[in-house]
Amino acid sequence: MIEILWHGRGGQGAFTAAKLLGAAYSAKDGNYSIAFPSFGPERRGAPVRAFTKLDSRRIGDRSEIEKADYVIYLDDTLFSDSFDELKENGKIIINTKKHFDDKRIIAADADAMANEIIGRPITNTVMLGILAGVSKITDYENIAEAIRGYMPEKLHEKNIKAAVAAFESVSGVSK
Amino acid sequence: MAKKFLSGNEAFAEGIRLAKPLVISAYPITPQTTVVERLSEMVADGSLKSEFIHVESEHSALSCAIGASAVGARTFTATSSQGLLYMAECLTYAAGGRFPIVMMNANRSTALPWNIYGDQRDSISQLDSGWIQAYAENAQESLDLALMSYYIAENIKVSTPFMTNLDGFVLTHTYEVVDVPDEEQADAFLPPFKTDNKIDFDNPKNMAFSAGPEQNTVFKYNEHMGIMNAKDVIKEAEKKFADIFGREYTGLIETYNTEDADYIIITLGSVAGLVKEAADRLREDGVKAGVIRIRYLRPFPNEETAEAVKNAKGVAVLEKDISFGNEGTVYTNVNSALRKNNVNIPTSNYIGGLGGKNISCREIENIYRNLENNIYGIHFLGIGEQ
Repeated sequence: MIEILWHGRGGQGAFTAAKLLGAAYSAKDGNYSIAFPSFGPERRGAPVRAFTKLDSRRIGDRSEIEKADYVIYLDDTLFSDSFDELKENGKIIINTKKHFDDKRIIAADADAMANEIIGRPITNTVMLGILAGVSKITDYENIAEAIRGYMPEKLHEKNIKAAVAAFESVSGVSK
Repeated sequence: MAKKFLSGNEAFAEGIRLAKPLVISAYPITPQTTVVERLSEMVADGSLKSEFIHVESEHSALSCAIGASAVGARTFTATSSQGLLYMAECLTYAAGGRFPIVMMNANRSTALPWNIYGDQRDSISQLDSGWIQAYAENAQESLDLALMSYYIAENIKVSTPFMTNLDGFVLTHTYEVVDVPDEEQADAFLPPFKTDNKIDFDNPKNMAFSAGPEQNTVFKYNEHMGIMNAKDVIKEAEKKFADIFGREYTGLIETYNTEDADYIIITLGSVAGLVKEAADRLREDGVKAGVIRIRYLRPFPNEETAEAVKNAKGVAVLEKDISFGNEGTVYTNVNSALRKNNVNIPTSNYIGGLGGKNISCREIENIYRNLENNIYGIHFLGIGEQ
């Protein structure tokens, strides 16, 4: 099973990204996924977590992820130099302008990419593209299809463009 | 058929859209809210032609549904927790009036302490209200039960309201892949609701009347037989469902590797998926572990459960319920089933997941290990040494 733990703040779209990844992955026959937010009251700006589990068989364990293959931070103020949530050989992907000298961390200035393409610093689809490009969990066509299926229509074009650009920036694969 | 990535609540709403109820009356409560939100959107965009009645309470939600059913309309409502308890007075009116209303209950703890998370104490407290009670494991089964519930409830021999339970959040708010049937397929499965049990000026009759001591027992006996008759109708519904949609269900219980099992956990709802995974792990270690998932608490699977466990060495019931001062109610029911069918094997009760507390794979493995080591009794998971 591949487990992805998303950290963000209310309003940044962490759960949307978790859900889009699940939808993109399970578009392929024989692939199963579940996606869910941290349950409870929702507040704008408050730290939120979201979870995606991917497997080649039906997933029975619906509990929160304790150790993830990928831990993603949409907001670098939520990262506190902790690797407790990471499996061995796991990776942390952070939206940040900072530089990190650690092989386990992939730092990307998703804010800049989102500002340029979407026009707002909403980085969830950029970070999804980076995750897909780094991990090869799913391809940009399935991500584009998931965006078309599960985001409001007016957001499709820019978010697909952002996700694909992010994917290409790290994967070396061009559309 | 369309493949979609949906939450349990959204999947259930898709099933209700396909069942085409003429009246929906509901009051929002976490974690049920998104199912009625989705249905109100469907009514607003015209994809579901239904009268959506916003009421001021759950008591009114079910009262409205009873009124609508009493003029022959297919009806739907949904609730959770305190909402179900507030509805309790009307539950017996719907059942005694033999109105085949369908309700989705999002299983949630009851106050106090105040808690919005999942356990099954809300619905289990209402087992004696005369409703059929089904428990879904995943989003697909939620959608499929939404469709099948009307088929079963509206059968003339059953004529009983139907409550489908989805574990709050872990099922209602978790997204997974679901096959959504086409409208034509759903129409082929579920005919429109026809009943003589309605207010009809051409055929006036007395409805919702009083019955004194002389007649009352006969009415209650008939109510009981209505639910008992559902056993055959559930089989019939599942056969027709499999023929049309290609998905098979197994009646009142689902068994998983029970044929040669020494140790069996009996459970219900979405935690069954994890119990199956734990049983798989133990099989790798040479422990013959099996699982029974109860799909229907009413009618209760007495013979089915006894038959499935009769060759086992030990049985544990894992449930998100406690009947204070006694034990878990599912455990009481299971023990009664075994006794009546002369199955004499030791049983144990595990109360877990109360107020949304996570049940871990390790805890489930320990339940099997305890059975293996002849440790029996009533245990609460997740509170340390007792």
